[in-house]
Amino acid sequence: MIEHAFLVGLSKSFGLFYLIALSVAVVIYAMRPSNRKQFDDAAQSIFRDEAGPWE
Amino acid sequence: MIAQLTVIERQRAILISVAVAICGGLIVIVGRGDPMGIHGALIFLVAFLMIFRIGANYYTPAPSEDRLASYYDDPSKVGIVLSMAWAVIGLAVGDWVAWQLAYPDLTFGQAWSSFGRLRPVHTTSVIFGFGGNALIATSFYVMQRTSRARLPDQVTPWFVVFGYNLFCLLAVTGYLMGVTQSKEYAEPEWYTDLWLVVVWVTYFVLYLRTLARRKEPHIYVSNWYYMAFILVVAILHIVNNLAVPVSLGHAKSYSAFSGVQDAMTQWWYGHNAVAFFLTAGFLGMMYYFLPMRAGRPIYSYRMSIISFWGITFFYMWAGSHHLHFTALPQWVQTLGMTFSLMLLIPSWASAGNVLLTLNGAWDKVRDDATLRFMMVAGVFYGLTTFEGSFMAIRSVNSLSHYTDWTIGHVHAGALGWVAMITFGSIYACVPWLWKRERMYSPRLVEAHFWLALSGSVIYVFAMWNSGIVQGLMWRTYNESGTLAYSFVDTLIAMHPYYIARAVGGLLFLIGGCLGAYNIWMTIRVPGASASRTSDVPEPAVVGAGALQAAE
Repeated sequence: MIEHAFLVGLSKSFGLFYLIALSVAVVIYAMRPSNRKQFDDAAQSIFRDEAGPWE
Repeated sequence: MIAQLTVIERQRAILISVAVAICGGLIVIVGRGDPMGIHGALIFLVAFLMIFRIGANYYTPAPSEDRLASYYDDPSKVGIVLSMAWAVIGLAVGDWVAWQLAYPDLTFGQAWSSFGRLRPVHTTSVIFGFGGNALIATSFYVMQRTSRARLPDQVTPWFVVFGYNLFCLLAVTGYLMGVTQSKEYAEPEWYTDLWLVVVWVTYFVLYLRTLARRKEPHIYVSNWYYMAFILVVAILHIVNNLAVPVSLGHAKSYSAFSGVQDAMTQWWYGHNAVAFFLTAGFLGMMYYFLPMRAGRPIYSYRMSIISFWGITFFYMWAGSHHLHFTALPQWVQTLGMTFSLMLLIPSWASAGNVLLTLNGAWDKVRDDATLRFMMVAGVFYGLTTFEGSFMAIRSVNSLSHYTDWTIGHVHAGALGWVAMITFGSIYACVPWLWKRERMYSPRLVEAHFWLALSGSVIYVFAMWNSGIVQGLMWRTYNESGTLAYSFVDTLIAMHPYYIARAVGGLLFLIGGCLGAYNIWMTIRVPGASASRTSDVPEPAVVGAGALQAAE
């Protein structure tokens, strides 16, 4: 059975930091110089020929 | 429609319809004497008509293999038409209830036309009918093109489109009969909720199956937003609607939650419905149709990723700002307030991305009403998210909560952001889908734009005034320390604003009707080049100042 004290402990330890950790990870992923080309290509990708599905 | 299905797909579609008809029949039997029985009959009738519709075309020749070389757009087309039909219904009912608030006799003394029943008809029709159909239609369109893959089969998308509309139909007819679990934006009763679970999980699996078939390795940002919309709405819907029916043959059910837990679960749902239904899905729409229409890639793809994860992380915690000054523990209220303030970052990143994408192409925005719809949507998105964060602050909320300010805020988002981006995307998409050079009448698009904008502005200003007047009157004390104004005094003060609001809504409704007519005529009247061969949505040449067909 999940107790109140367990949930409080979880939120004060893991719960306090996991969103911050995830946010840092996302910013690193998005801003990493080596990913720049991939993202620039992705932004352009919708303009490429769309005559139909690729086989 | 049916000629496109293979023989085995026709059989499957009939089998599904038979299963739905049997369920409808069972509901009629167990729910007789209850509004649920009427819904059973409605389900049976819809499934019965579907069987005949497919059966009548059962022996038409099977489609050739050529179909696999193009995208499957028929469900998107039907979704867009249904979306516009719901828009007209939902806006009309909305304006009716707006006039009812100014002139209460407009209920005409009927139970079904009372404010309490018509108001959820309005919200469900515009949010789920108009918005939901537009999201489903455009998500099919965008996911196929950005994945360079055709939908995996031809029955599932139809099940999603028609099943979803059956849900909307059951919801609104239920309200008129008084069937509601009285949770805002989650009013439908347990059996309608169960049906939506089936449809929605099918939708999610369909999205995953198409993505699994993708030929483009990178998943374009729109798909992330659409997928967050589908996944989170599934989670929210299932948890918030956990309930125990009085009996299997009874429409009424009781929530699994009680007291303040019920309130918290409801507003966790309610605010995330705003976040993931009314924001994430429409951002997916924006990130595809805005660059395509403007002929320019999104200003910062990186910013779109950061704002995606920001919205996903932060919104989940913001719901408790709906429960300031209630029995909810103070720290939970503060948590909701803090996350609402942090939300400004990802929200303004997206709004900024819209404007920066258009920066340098203002001539196009001037000449093209479709693009202007999208630009105004971005501006309203920025304004509304700022306002929302501000209103979540406890001291501001003490003035704004329970007043018309909230209604004004919601409509700045719903009319200014959601409806504008949807109309813009639909106007961009319709000529591409039906292979027309342009919309039937660019002038009507222009007229629609100005009606929608003036309607929204009138509505929002009326409600800001009304809400602040109301909030201040509620907290004005006289010398002896009692309230200076009675409730009726506030109603009299709000009356002129209620008339102004109804006029603003009427302008928006007229615009929506013009849009529906224009789209219908674009479909019906073959364009100059009715035979555009490919599925290419024609973006303006990247970087060039070429104008789109004058609008």
